[in-house]
Amino acid sequence: MNARIVQIAFNTFREAVRDRVLYNLIAFALLLSGAAIFVGQISIEIERLVVINLGLTAVSLFGVVIAIFIGIGLVSKEIEKRTLYTVLSRPVRRWEFIVGKFLGLAGTLVVNTFFMAIGVFGALLYVAHKFSGPDSLIFVALYFIVLQFLIICSLALLFSSFSSPLLSAVFAFSLFVIGSFADDLRGFATLTSGITRWIATGAAYLVPNFSALNIVSAVAHEQPIGAQLVLQNTLYALFYTAMALSGAVLIFERRNLK
Amino acid sequence: MNARQRTTILAATCLVVSLAASILLLRNIDRIRPSEIVEDALYINSPKMVKRVSLGFDGLMACIYWTRTVQYFGHRHFQREYTYNELAPLLEITTALDPHLIPAYHFGASFLAPAPPNGAGQPDRAIRLMEYGIQQNPDNWRLYYDLGFVYYTELRDFKSAGDVFARGSRVPGAHPFLKVLAADMATHAQDFATARLLWSAAYESSTETNIRQNALEHLRAIQVDEDVTNLQNAVSRFVEGQGRIPTSLWEIASAEHLQGVPVDPDGVPYELSIDGQVLVANPDNFPFITKGTPPGYQPGIPKFHTKG
Repeated sequence: MNARIVQIAFNTFREAVRDRVLYNLIAFALLLSGAAIFVGQISIEIERLVVINLGLTAVSLFGVVIAIFIGIGLVSKEIEKRTLYTVLSRPVRRWEFIVGKFLGLAGTLVVNTFFMAIGVFGALLYVAHKFSGPDSLIFVALYFIVLQFLIICSLALLFSSFSSPLLSAVFAFSLFVIGSFADDLRGFATLTSGITRWIATGAAYLVPNFSALNIVSAVAHEQPIGAQLVLQNTLYALFYTAMALSGAVLIFERRNLK
Repeated sequence: MNARQRTTILAATCLVVSLAASILLLRNIDRIRPSEIVEDALYINSPKMVKRVSLGFDGLMACIYWTRTVQYFGHRHFQREYTYNELAPLLEITTALDPHLIPAYHFGASFLAPAPPNGAGQPDRAIRLMEYGIQQNPDNWRLYYDLGFVYYTELRDFKSAGDVFARGSRVPGAHPFLKVLAADMATHAQDFATARLLWSAAYESSTETNIRQNALEHLRAIQVDEDVTNLQNAVSRFVEGQGRIPTSLWEIASAEHLQGVPVDPDGVPYELSIDGQVLVANPDNFPFITKGTPPGYQPGIPKFHTKG
């Protein structure tokens, strides 16, 4: 792999793990996973369900928050501090800079997910006293959550390449919310006609489909996840990420940095 | 002590004192404010709206709503406030968010169906809930059992109970007692033996302590009802034969050639009133009995036994 991309990725990773907000968010996610144990005790027969639902939701939501908060500043902070000029004055192409930043943030999120997942499995072991076969499905849910993070990272980077941090955060979070309603959007498109139908259908396919990547409830109920779904979602996430990154590269290549 | 240290001490003291004062004031305010306003508010009634607000995390929202349902019912039950206006909507939202949350159907029916003070007295809504649950989970034989249970115990609709038990018996892996219950509903629905079978099935098929204790109390009540019925029949036979009301149950025991005066499941002998009614000595120990209670008797809060 391109050594410059790797170096930028590594530096991005190192910078991200120094951010105190990251540790606070991870700690809060672990706290929520632990709290799931107590929620199960004030209800009936849903101890395991609550741990998995609450734990995986915490991993997903906090990961999205981390992705957005770090991602929105990846490019704009470098421009603000003027360190970008130093980097680009080396023989580092602009697209290498974008890809390296993306890989660094993605790596950070994978590591975060690992630590937060330890909290989920710890809470699950506490309520169930042992692991069973269906618990392995949690790994599939975590894998899909990582795919969500890749998409969010690429979107945050896309917006960061041309917009201010505040607007980038608003755009990225809005797309996350809209993406959660992607199925409803497609349903709405089928109810309309004419130009509205075209626009609605286009929008429905353009926004990232996070609802397809959300299998938390299915995993909590030990429903099997087909290999086809895993493969198709992986390809979808990779292609969507590539699309967003390509957009970021196109914008950044033409951006006047003066 | 310099100015900075003085400021630190003052600020820390102010913080602690303000926190303590806020907590004390809040406790007083909670005593003054009526609790019903907070209790019965269901801000979002529509399951579809709640589903949208959950941003795809329907399972977690369902767990939250189920917990809220349990707390709502439990709190009102133990406060002896026997109206449960929000119970059915809470259950509908819970099961709409997660149609595979089996405890919501299983326990929801037992919250909704029984008459107050044991439940909300809404068996029709319990049936609707269970039919929805069966539609969403057709391979779960327990739901058929729970629905049949509602038909049998609350509506005394033995035909519908039998039909549901028969449907459930055809589910792969269903417990064999469903077939037996289906057959019994057709011919022996009102027999004590059928009721005993139903509650024994509830006791054996559940791992939840409260459910097993409830089933145990019902089995004890069935035993008492059966004993009182048999003894009352014996008293009637004595009156017909002797032309007078017996003075005590010893006369009945002698006339029926029993080993002694029959005792209730706690080992306490039954009693006979002056007008020849068979009575249970301690009706409070048997929360679900329908016979053997003195006139005007009002049951208290059920006391559950751990051994039967």
